[in-house]
Amino acid sequence: MKTRTWLFTILCVALCLPAGEVFAGAYDAFQGKEGTIKISGGTAHIPVMQALAKEIMTRHPGVRITIAGGGSGVGIKQVGEGLVDIGNSGRKPTDEEIAAYNLKVHQWALDGVAVVVHPQNPVKSLSLQQVQAIFAGTVTNWKEVGGPDKAIHVFTRDEASGTREVFWEKALKKGPVAATADVVPSNGAMKTAVATDPGAIGYMSVGHMDASVAAVTLDGVTPSVETVRNGTYAVSRGLYSNTKGEPSALVKAFLDTLYSPEGRAIIEAQGFIPVP
Amino acid sequence: MKRQDDGSRSERAARMILGAAVITAAVLTGAIFVYMLVLSFPLFTHGQVFRVLIQDWAPLQGRYGIRPMIGASLALSSGALALAIPASLGCAAFVTIFGRPKPAFFVRRFVQTMTSIPTVVYGFVGVFLVVPTVRDLVQAGSGRCLLSALLVLALMITPTMVLFFIDAMESVPKEYVLAASALGAGPAEKFLWVVLPCARAGLITGVLLAFGRAFGDTLISLMLAGNAAVFPSSLFHSARTLTAHIALVIAADFQSLEFASIFVCGVVLYAVNAAVALAAWSLRSRLLENRP
Repeated sequence: MKTRTWLFTILCVALCLPAGEVFAGAYDAFQGKEGTIKISGGTAHIPVMQALAKEIMTRHPGVRITIAGGGSGVGIKQVGEGLVDIGNSGRKPTDEEIAAYNLKVHQWALDGVAVVVHPQNPVKSLSLQQVQAIFAGTVTNWKEVGGPDKAIHVFTRDEASGTREVFWEKALKKGPVAATADVVPSNGAMKTAVATDPGAIGYMSVGHMDASVAAVTLDGVTPSVETVRNGTYAVSRGLYSNTKGEPSALVKAFLDTLYSPEGRAIIEAQGFIPVP
Repeated sequence: MKRQDDGSRSERAARMILGAAVITAAVLTGAIFVYMLVLSFPLFTHGQVFRVLIQDWAPLQGRYGIRPMIGASLALSSGALALAIPASLGCAAFVTIFGRPKPAFFVRRFVQTMTSIPTVVYGFVGVFLVVPTVRDLVQAGSGRCLLSALLVLALMITPTMVLFFIDAMESVPKEYVLAASALGAGPAEKFLWVVLPCARAGLITGVLLAFGRAFGDTLISLMLAGNAAVFPSSLFHSARTLTAHIALVIAADFQSLEFASIFVCGVVLYAVNAAVALAAWSLRSRLLENRP
């Protein structure tokens, strides 16, 4: 059993060596390191975290990385309480949170928050005023905004969502959200809700969108990686990974890969914009 | 003589260990209650003592009332019971009295299997099957409403209730049923006038336990009821239960009053479930005393 484990390790190392030479740098920081990195928080971050963790763990089997969701609030709270090593948030932690938990904030990407509808919905373009009126509950039928005679089903996010906070601040301009709107607890749940309901409207991370939902053009600007990058699409936010004080060597190595060329490639492949 | 001493000593030890376990369990349960009261204290000191229970939920306007959630929880669990009780009674009666042996055996096994299906599976089926169906049939809202959650919740609590009912009905002494047969009673009469009255203690326990399960369920209401924090005025409206409220707000800022509100929800859940358990206990003991 033991020899077999050894053989397996040697085989892994042998397999990884050529790859390590090609992509010199980024993942070498984990050389000789062992241990576990626990990550939780923002649901928008998860695809990037998973892709990166997969790259690291296949190259360095001594490193274990666990990834949980929960939302931005959970991420900040859990890292502050020392339950996880990295707490992700789709909003910058408040000054009180930074002070109370002695947080160190690492921003590594920009993300847009797009208004999404069912792909079969003919309404593909809305003004900011129309979006505000729909979410406030004053416009309740798609025909009022140029669509079919069908009731609008408004979906919003839970109280602790970073996505909700950004959308509320930058798209709704802190305007009201109808109390009768349905509430879903994650970006993934939002996608399911909108993809299965022809009358739905919701909002979600641009990186999380796929063909099962359709993004709406806001005031003539289509939410995409380009428009978020050049600033024409204004409903955007940073993606943050927070640590309690200075990160340990292992956690620092993980955070550093987010800023490396390999990490930036992963971030871009998931539909986000690497920063800086 | 010596053996008897040993016996009493080991008996005393067993009694002490069991007693300690009971006290620990009771203290822990009490401690949880006190803990929730302490953590919901910020809301109470905010001058909102009873307003919390009767106000609506509008955090931006500084109102942290949980009345809509209490209403939704009660409506959902009692609605699910109203659907599940007749179904369970029928099912249990089929298995114990009316059914032929083979189908009865099949139904019993089937119900037993159903109890082991995880809640999330019911929720999942609900999202992709029940919600679109309700949306298309009712044409009011997104289909995520009390009715959708109620249907799935009823389906979820039925198997447990059926098993309780079967147990209760099978514990009715055979002599009673035979005596009724001898007097010329048919199956329906035996069921109505002999089995049901004799089994009522077990039946009530089953119902109250199922109520506790429905009232405390989180996942189904979170996935299917829509979660709008508005007092439910119709079966077709989106509603948020106490448990779903806790799940949605638990990630909020620790210092906020939103966060404190989930402990009030906890206190209410705790109080209602404790009241139900106590009611079950006292009803049961009263019925068992009166037993012929």
